[in-house]
Amino acid sequence: MCAWFEPPRDGRADAGPPARTRREALRFMGAALLASGMFPWMGARAAENDARAFGAGSFEDALNALGAALDPSPKVRLTVPDFVENGAAVPVEVTSEVAGSQTIFVFSEANPFPLVARFFVPEGTDPYVSTRIKVAGSCNIYALVQADGRFFSAVKSTTVTVGGCGNG
Amino acid sequence: MAEPMRIRAQLKDGVTEVHVLMPHPMETGFRKDDAGRPISAHYITDVQISLEGRTVLSATLSRAVSQDPLLYFRIKGGSVNQTLRVDWIDTRGERRTDDTKIF
Repeated sequence: MCAWFEPPRDGRADAGPPARTRREALRFMGAALLASGMFPWMGARAAENDARAFGAGSFEDALNALGAALDPSPKVRLTVPDFVENGAAVPVEVTSEVAGSQTIFVFSEANPFPLVARFFVPEGTDPYVSTRIKVAGSCNIYALVQADGRFFSAVKSTTVTVGGCGNG
Repeated sequence: MAEPMRIRAQLKDGVTEVHVLMPHPMETGFRKDDAGRPISAHYITDVQISLEGRTVLSATLSRAVSQDPLLYFRIKGGSVNQTLRVDWIDTRGERRTDDTKIF
């Protein structure tokens, strides 16, 4: 377990994962609502679904919150290194050839909150994004592309080598 | 106040390649300081990138995006000297806006 994913050990954490997840979800919802005020392109409903998906404590719960299911497609390409030394900065690249791709989601299955990021790609921007993410341990990384209400996915496993857990 | 972002937008064969680096601690809220006290969560939640006022990418980030988030993406078209602007907001409500010109 990487230091940056060490679970809190204060008294409240004893309430167990569901309570922690709910509290995190509520906290995120607060942030999302704040953001929707300052970033008016986010609707209130979207902010609520976001909060649930980003606050979900398992990959399945995150998919459910989005109303998504895995549908592996060769048109979604996910590039992640096979081995990484440092789980704190894992390069991830997603390319979609699905017509009408609108949103790209990135998940790291082993993380306490598997949904890592979401990118809205308007028309005129390539359905492609590259970034660096934190991965809690060797696990599957998923890319999910939403196009006209349908979801397409790709998966790639990555191995985080021993001693790779940076404290940052 | 957060450090300025580093933004680079380069036109190449009709496509504008954009690199954005946003200096930010991206604290997960799961770490402890040397004295064993929890470090509270502090991370960028929303990023909005626009070209001459038109949104070209918007992103929702979580605590699991690496420290000093890096984004790379491509816009079809664009022309030299157009303004690309990046806005972010974090869990404390802090914001930062920087812009650059396509070269």
